[in-house]
Amino acid sequence: MDIKLFRLAFLLMASQLLAICASGQIYMTKTGQTSFFSETPLENISAVNQHVAVLLNSANGEIAVRMQHRAFSFPNKLMQEHYNENYMETEKYPAASFTGKISEPIDYGRDGTYPVSAEGVLDIHGVKQKRVLKGQLVVDHGQCTLDCEFGVRLSDHNIQVPTLVLAKIAESISVKNKFVLTGKKNP
Amino acid sequence: MLKTTSVLFFSLIASVAMAQTDLMKELEQADDSTVHYAAATFKGTRIINGHSIETVGKNNMDFIISHRFGAINSGAGNFFGLDESQIRLALEYGLTDRLMVGIGRSSYQKTIDIFVKYRLLRQSSGLRNVPVSVTLFASDAHNASTSTPDLPFYTITQRQTYTFQALVARKFNEKLSLQLTPTVMHRNLAEKPLDANNVYALGMGGRYKLTKRTSFNAEYWYTPKRIGNTTQRDPQYTNTLSLGFDIETGGHVFQLHLTNSRGMIEKQFLGQTTGKWSNGDIFYGFNVARTFSFDKSKKRSNSNGY
Repeated sequence: MDIKLFRLAFLLMASQLLAICASGQIYMTKTGQTSFFSETPLENISAVNQHVAVLLNSANGEIAVRMQHRAFSFPNKLMQEHYNENYMETEKYPAASFTGKISEPIDYGRDGTYPVSAEGVLDIHGVKQKRVLKGQLVVDHGQCTLDCEFGVRLSDHNIQVPTLVLAKIAESISVKNKFVLTGKKNP
Repeated sequence: MLKTTSVLFFSLIASVAMAQTDLMKELEQADDSTVHYAAATFKGTRIINGHSIETVGKNNMDFIISHRFGAINSGAGNFFGLDESQIRLALEYGLTDRLMVGIGRSSYQKTIDIFVKYRLLRQSSGLRNVPVSVTLFASDAHNASTSTPDLPFYTITQRQTYTFQALVARKFNEKLSLQLTPTVMHRNLAEKPLDANNVYALGMGGRYKLTKRTSFNAEYWYTPKRIGNTTQRDPQYTNTLSLGFDIETGGHVFQLHLTNSRGMIEKQFLGQTTGKWSNGDIFYGFNVARTFSFDKSKKRSNSNGY
């Protein structure tokens, strides 16, 4: 009897989810790409993270992005170590995140390219900043590709650079994101 | 019927709740599905005299300059030891992120040492839980000093001393890392009559971070006086205790320390330490490590003194 009930419940939940999907769907990826660049006359530093997790709720435009600092790979191990140990204090603040809402109404059912902006909270190094991030959303056969570029000022997030290497690290780091989101199958 | 209704009701609530689930919470839950490796258990490839579990990164080379000045108790005439020093110069190269080779030369007994270090196990949490990091170490020290009546060498083989270590370390938290180093050393020629050819020792070391870029390090090498009925070393030799600080500045690691050993390689600090802290036979010393990167594919960011 119980098993039957569970089955019934499961079917019901599944159908309800389908209903939700029809009106608004969760898009997601676990392999989003975020890279950053620091450019100074003395030295360029870059790193890329291929394991960025992103969830986008098309019903209300809510978006959440989360990445582990440890997953950023650098051209050399020492840079990576310093990034985690000295600058981001990864042990204390393991992840960076953004939670916000896409302001523009988007028709996810129709293919096209939409300029978008998302208002929300950028959390890096334990310091939360209210930001409006601008980007581009491409809808193509049920797949959303989100591109976004923005700058992060180190001082905004209390990331301290010792005077000795001040000339080698840019005051503002440019961050590039490319997230290919697909409809979520098992929410 | 009531049951059915309640199940229906709860499933409805569940699905509604699901739609409103905090997106961020869902992402946070996904964190457990990745492996987090403990990084930077130590700042350098040495704790003080002995090796740490760390290796140099792939295609990176460390140039290490080490000095041990004279004894602090040698008096003002010797400028408390600063008038003289033992030197070791070394190059260490990372073949992969886990395998490292190195070569060094110590001024004491004109010794050339070569070694290989392999990171067997990396401490990790998350999806894969490994409590400690383990690195294997093997070295050969070649005593290139001239043969004398006091210390005669008849063959090249006699000049070699081999050391094997299993370095086991755990980074307990951001600040504290501890390491145990079981060691076997084989000397082809025991230089003193009471010295055994095989020496068994245990290294104990650790670091405590004081700031993001500095740490306090301590290291003690314990060699039992006897193993079974065999005396391990001539009684004039002592165990090595070292205390020091690591200071990191970009591509450099400065290690400043006080130690009762003037030797900077296993053969010397395990088997040939004569100083005693209680007598004031303390030597001030430093290691300076500079990292160079030889990654050709990333030419533009090839320096790393950022």
